[in-house]
Amino acid sequence: MKIAEIQIPGMLSRKEADLRTAFLNSVHLIPGGDKIKACIQCGTCTGSCPLSYLMDITPRELVALFRAGDIDSIIKSRTIWVCASCYSCQTRCPQSIKVTDIIYTLKRMAMNRKVYPKKFPVHSLSDSFIKSMNAFGRLNEPRLMVYYFIKTGIWKGFSFLPLALRLMKKGRLELTAPKIKDINGFRKIIKKAQEFDMPLEIAARAYREEAVGYKAVG
Amino acid sequence: MKYSYYPGCSLHSVHKGYDISCRSVLNCLGCELKELEDWNCCGATIYMSIKRTTSLAIATRNLAIAEKEGLDVVTPCSSCYTILNKAHKYVKNSEELLDKVNACLSEVGLEYNCTVRVRHPLDVLINDIGLEIVKLHLKKPLNGLKIANYYGCQIVRPDKGFDDRENPRSMENLFETIGAEEVYFPNKLRCCGGMLMTTYEDAALKLSEEILDSAEENGADCIATTCPLCQMNLEAYQQKINKKFGTNHHIPILFFTQILGVALGLKEEELGLEKNFYRCEKLDEIYKGSLVNESL
Ligand code: SF4
Ligand code: SF4
Repeated sequence: MKIAEIQIPGMLSRKEADLRTAFLNSVHLIPGGDKIKACIQCGTCTGSCPLSYLMDITPRELVALFRAGDIDSIIKSRTIWVCASCYSCQTRCPQSIKVTDIIYTLKRMAMNRKVYPKKFPVHSLSDSFIKSMNAFGRLNEPRLMVYYFIKTGIWKGFSFLPLALRLMKKGRLELTAPKIKDINGFRKIIKKAQEFDMPLEIAARAYREEAVGYKAVG
Repeated sequence: MKYSYYPGCSLHSVHKGYDISCRSVLNCLGCELKELEDWNCCGATIYMSIKRTTSLAIATRNLAIAEKEGLDVVTPCSSCYTILNKAHKYVKNSEELLDKVNACLSEVGLEYNCTVRVRHPLDVLINDIGLEIVKLHLKKPLNGLKIANYYGCQIVRPDKGFDDRENPRSMENLFETIGAEEVYFPNKLRCCGGMLMTTYEDAALKLSEEILDSAEENGADCIATTCPLCQMNLEAYQQKINKKFGTNHHIPILFFTQILGVALGLKEEELGLEKNFYRCEKLDEIYKGSLVNESL
């Protein structure tokens, strides 16, 4: 495995070392993920990012922090929540570093370790999404939005109503949830897959929950 | 030409217009679409960002079903297109992941051998059907219609697919063949904000505003899009954008299949045009006009 080739900074706290192992294990499963060590700090990623102006750590800094041995700061940054997954950085990186996929990895690590402010919308949306999907195998948008607004604040839901009505008028709102035929089989697949994801989550829990120093965006 | 068709969740609800027009156009041009048997949601970018194995397993379930049919999968939704392709690439690249995913799929007697190709209808139109055939079926040339071709993020990126990643030309070539004009549109690959519209609205509204602004400034009659999420952000949030930025945008956002369908002489209900919030007047005129190619 190529991970051994990546220089591991000398003095790491135990927490940081854990994070680093988890991160590297995940990154090496990304096709071309090990290229992260080839970053030349050119800043093309940051320059291409339509949202870097809202980030506290830019994509280039993110790779730099990883190399300096500070993943802890990255997963506490707002960067991973602001990224819209547009792949501009990844496409343009002259060293073929999978920046967007790496941000996914970090997002996953942060969520597993519950590092986000309470009621953080990205996390709430994901929770609602997974709930809706595990139940039916397909997604029902109105239901997703209802779950989501229950979590993030009903008042937000009201501001969404006019749009919902306009969609309804055009026959674009499907209120009954679609369901796949083999939903039992589908749940079996998920159950089995969760067994594989579980060890990662247990490892993740060792990480202490800490307050994040910024307010939820959105 | 026969394909497995994977509509994805949003094409069965909010974006029926895309579903209907895509089927009509491809059928009209001689493709046979067979909806993938009992498909499930691909998981979208959201599932991917939480659970690795689970997200891959559910996306791959679709691919495994398609593999049994032995056909290419066509999916119009940009997000499904990227996710299914990504799932394929991940499990193909890593034996560890493939074994895990197959262990999950074996629970229901499925197996994936990494042989499925996931395609976008735009790719099929250009590379399988070919512009020559499109021209043969042309009934109402779109003369005078000025289009801003908006690709969004997910169909030309992240990996090299059927078109250039910095300056794709598929839609431009397609519409030129049927008589329409392209406008200068530097924002054609710029992000519309995607899911941020739900979680971080201010950021997304600004991104979408830039796209609308660039299209209108360059004199487009409409924006053609390939992505359900872009269509939603640009069309349904236009009012909100106008309110927030004090602008006066009023530009129809159409799926590229809807525009193509008009040129092919298909009927309004075969294209779901009535489902859009804004009508494109120019396109309506062409729609009401007479057929030029009666023989077909
Ligand atoms: S574009 Fe690639 S090489 Fe340049 S700073 Fe970003 S990650 Fe590093
Ligand atoms: S994928 Fe994320 S970090 Fe990369 S350019 Fe897009 S928004 Fe920025």
